[in-house]
Amino acid sequence: MDSKPLKLVIIDYGAGNIKSIQFAFKRLGVDAILSNNPEVITSAERVIFPGVGEASSAMKMLKKSGLDTLIPTLKQPVLGICLGMQLMCNSSEEGNTKGLGIFNVDVKRFSSAVKVPQMGWNTINELKSNLFRNIEEDAFMYLVHSFYADMCQEAIASTTYELKYASALQKDNFYGVQFHPEKSSVVGEQVLRNFLEL
Amino acid sequence: MLTKRIIPCLDIKNGRTVKGVNFIDLRDAGDPVELAKQYANLGADELVFLDISATLEGRKTMHDMVLKVAEQVNIPFTVGGGISSIEDVDDLLKCGADKISINSSAIKRPDLVNELSNKFGSQCVVVAIDAKQINNQWIVHLAGGTIPTALNLFDWAREVAQRGAGEILFTSMNNDGTKAGFANEALAKLSETLNIPIIASGGAGTVQHFVDTFKEGKADAALAASVFHFGEIEILDLKRELRKNNIEVRL
Repeated sequence: MDSKPLKLVIIDYGAGNIKSIQFAFKRLGVDAILSNNPEVITSAERVIFPGVGEASSAMKMLKKSGLDTLIPTLKQPVLGICLGMQLMCNSSEEGNTKGLGIFNVDVKRFSSAVKVPQMGWNTINELKSNLFRNIEEDAFMYLVHSFYADMCQEAIASTTYELKYASALQKDNFYGVQFHPEKSSVVGEQVLRNFLEL
Repeated sequence: MLTKRIIPCLDIKNGRTVKGVNFIDLRDAGDPVELAKQYANLGADELVFLDISATLEGRKTMHDMVLKVAEQVNIPFTVGGGISSIEDVDDLLKCGADKISINSSAIKRPDLVNELSNKFGSQCVVVAIDAKQINNQWIVHLAGGTIPTALNLFDWAREVAQRGAGEILFTSMNNDGTKAGFANEALAKLSETLNIPIIASGGAGTVQHFVDTFKEGKADAALAASVFHFGEIEILDLKRELRKNNIEVRL
């Protein structure tokens, strides 16, 4: 990576453990700015859209700061993580939430045939994007989630738990990962590095 | 496929690891951050930090430690010990902890489990249960396993799951410290009746004990302290053996 500081903003709308993401970038030598200010977000070179918690209340918080209309208009690379990715989809069964509709797919709940949430390390497969440069098939990522995005046109990685689902999505400049790259050891750090270099 | 997790547990007092830790490559084996980094590099899937400080001063140093671990360690970690309110949890999560673990405070006030899972999500609420088998009954104990309660392990586990716990960390006091294996019968019963992950704790002595707790005990994760701290079992060797036994692990 060149030494020019890159303006990276993590959207801070009150949902989730953003500290971990900020620290992960710091380990890569990039200082991320936490902000919910539309101007700051719009002028960033890279945007992280995090999220941990419940979908409908997270969406309420997004709406409160007007970010629900801003995010779909962003032009720079945007990476949704976990619930962030799910909110970028059409809808979520969690709290019957209407999503931002960036990814043309619905988010559903795992059935009680498996333990919910899925918690721990699982593999990502069928890797299709520069986001996964230098990452091998079957790389392990850390996941914690009860809801998943179906396999679809925009899937750039799949994972199997109860069924095969989309563990990463991409449409144009928008990327989403269900796993937590910031908690997925060196492989996760490679995903973050790749995102910075897109 | 979702893999079984190996979780070293570190006891922390006044910001330092307690009990002997015998790691050759560490500059300072009492420094939990150094140790955590080492474990992450050696293939641990998660870490648990248990604060056993008795003083307020000691607890404050825990926040600094959590912050440093979050800064420097790239795998998930849970913090437990002395957590009894939403504010306690909020503070620890803001410092970068991924999950928190509650034990006695949940027994004293079960609504705490609901409050925490509603506010922060089930995914970060681990309920730790210490239980001892007495006359064929698994009795839940308080305060580090010293005080028996009227609660039965299986009833209490079901209740906390219904109240929103995301995971159960079950320590068998009959097995803890024996190095004679995990309480697999009780673990299997928990794992089969509950729809959330179960972490096995107490009794790890050999690699075979881990094989058994995943196969017979149907545990989703296994936690141990001294066998890892003293290098009796190397995590990488353990995981290779587990894989040889057709148990899925991250290698």
